[in-house]
Amino acid sequence: MKHTALALAAAALAGSLHAAPVKIGFVTTLTTGAAVIGKDMENAVNLAMEHLGGKAGNTPLEVIFADDGFKPEVGKQATDRLVKQDKVDFVAGYIWSHILLASRKSALDNGVFLISSNAGPSQMAGSLCHPDFFSTSWQNDQTPMALGEVLNKKGVKSVYIMAPNYAAGKDMVAGVERSFKGKVLGKDLTKWGADAQLDFSAELAKARESGAEALFVFYPGAAAGAFSKQYHQAGLAKVLPLYSVFTIDGISLPKLQAANFEGVLGSRVTQSWDPTLDNAANKKFVTDFKAKFGTYPSFYAAQSYDSIMLIASAVKATGGNMADKAAIRKALKAANYESTRGKYTYGNNNIPIQNFYLREVVKDGQGNWTTKVVDTVYTNHQDPFASECPLK
Amino acid sequence: MQILNGLQLGLLLFLVASGLTLVFGILDFVNLAHASLYMVGAMVCASLTLSLDNFLLAVLLSLPITAVVGWVVERVVARRLYGRDHLDQVLATFGLILVLTTGAHLIWGPQGIAVPLPQWLQGQVSLGETLVLPVYRLVIIATGLAAAGFLFWLVNYTRLGMLIRAGASNRQMVSALGINIELLFSVVFALGAVLAGLAGMLIAPITEASLGMGNNIIITAFVVIIVGGIGSMKGAFIAAMLIGLIDTLGRAYLDGAFKLFMTSEAAENSAPALSAMLIYIIMALVLAFKPKGLFPPKVR
Repeated sequence: MKHTALALAAAALAGSLHAAPVKIGFVTTLTTGAAVIGKDMENAVNLAMEHLGGKAGNTPLEVIFADDGFKPEVGKQATDRLVKQDKVDFVAGYIWSHILLASRKSALDNGVFLISSNAGPSQMAGSLCHPDFFSTSWQNDQTPMALGEVLNKKGVKSVYIMAPNYAAGKDMVAGVERSFKGKVLGKDLTKWGADAQLDFSAELAKARESGAEALFVFYPGAAAGAFSKQYHQAGLAKVLPLYSVFTIDGISLPKLQAANFEGVLGSRVTQSWDPTLDNAANKKFVTDFKAKFGTYPSFYAAQSYDSIMLIASAVKATGGNMADKAAIRKALKAANYESTRGKYTYGNNNIPIQNFYLREVVKDGQGNWTTKVVDTVYTNHQDPFASECPLK
Repeated sequence: MQILNGLQLGLLLFLVASGLTLVFGILDFVNLAHASLYMVGAMVCASLTLSLDNFLLAVLLSLPITAVVGWVVERVVARRLYGRDHLDQVLATFGLILVLTTGAHLIWGPQGIAVPLPQWLQGQVSLGETLVLPVYRLVIIATGLAAAGFLFWLVNYTRLGMLIRAGASNRQMVSALGINIELLFSVVFALGAVLAGLAGMLIAPITEASLGMGNNIIITAFVVIIVGGIGSMKGAFIAAMLIGLIDTLGRAYLDGAFKLFMTSEAAENSAPALSAMLIYIIMALVLAFKPKGLFPPKVR
């Protein structure tokens, strides 16, 4: 399941045959149900390459996609192959925290830059931080922390928590517990991976019995649709309002709309990006993405687009000289590119210091379901693990 | 409440496992691709629901379609493998899983399909103050029980059922008596496919129809038929109920129970792990004490 998106042809036509291309490996999930996320990211990467004309400055770029099969060991193998066989200069992508954690050494120990387009495990922001690891997403705890603040503002006194049992699920739970001031009345961590648990009847019944005022969940990808349907089928919307992160998004909304599932309209979620964010790069990205692929991009897509743009900015700044690692590192750290979320800076652990917004699910002018920003929860927020990272 | 949830999971498991036990028990054929038939049933039903805008009609149409798919699989792939080693069958049906999954990927794309339910199935019923159940879960329980009843009647009171039971006990004898064993095998295989497909169709509105959906349930279904005794319908039913209840109750109450003698953090970490293992522990115990399962078919 590896296919090469060649921007080389375009670059060759432009007459820069003499320059060796800088290779970017992009690891994401292209099989299993989670492939729907991987596809969105692949589209965004291809769009970024198109916007760049396949080049950073005068250096041609080449992207090689690889599938992680939603399994840490497969993701690590894919990373190994990209690093050793394809000799890439950057490895980007990674939806899942457990896969990124399994793959990190394969890239970093071989002097290859690692850019996370989504996963933000607490370990890699803290004690495992590395000068060659950068993120164009967030640290896992941040988005649920923002949601915890939203709960505080609403005066919610108690919650019940459900999340999948893997690295990011645990970070998400820790995140909301860190900022939420009320009581956590119960918690369920459910089975995750290619054979994830998708029937939540037992957990939802427990949540109802717990008497909590609200339900907090994190169910990304295919599980999102399953979860929100069961939540509404169980009639919980009236008794136990739902607050979620990374669950109701550009991936699940078109599907929920196709099934005419109106229960999700009006849901509120937190995120560091939104299709309505008002900046030139984002407008261009969202408009072209919609024109080309027919749907709104998800946050996964926006962050993947940013990953490629970040890499391109560093390659351009150093004139494509991949031998000078220190210069590349410095250029990446500067984050001198037009991010779809607007300008941001990097903290000592190379995780973005950025805003977090409260978004609401609405119908757009054409009747498509999407999200819009209703509030800014955090301004220039740094993740809580930065202090554990020895980097300056 | 949790008992009803467990019952519903058990009945779905039974639908998958009964087809598996039929095929394994009578045809002596290890069909890993049973899970793919479950997925095909769900996917076909999901697309029909979206195009016809009627879930019931889609289910009724999908049943014969899955039967045909099962029939074709038997004719084209399975038939050649009956005489072969189990390992060959595992290999071939594993290949079939890849073919069917990739085929579904090409037809329907990587994203799953969310299946809308008609309005009257979307509500909830309250049985007492705290007991609120989604109507649709009750429908699953009712359908599962009806299917179980139908199978019970089919296996115990019809000529086909007699042949199936005879085939499970002693195949050679059945064919020696002049029964068209090829036709019997095709029918059994198609029946198994329909049962798996029905389970897929029933679960689709809850989870949604997606590519890998079969992989979750097939392992559990194998556990069920091993615990129940291979080839035994009664065994499959009782084992499915047992496993469904154990799994659900484990998920529901284990962390609470663990908190009595552990720190709450240790309980939160170990309870999900143990409840995921619980059914395999049961299987190991059953194999240790009754290697042929709880209800092995007589005279094997």
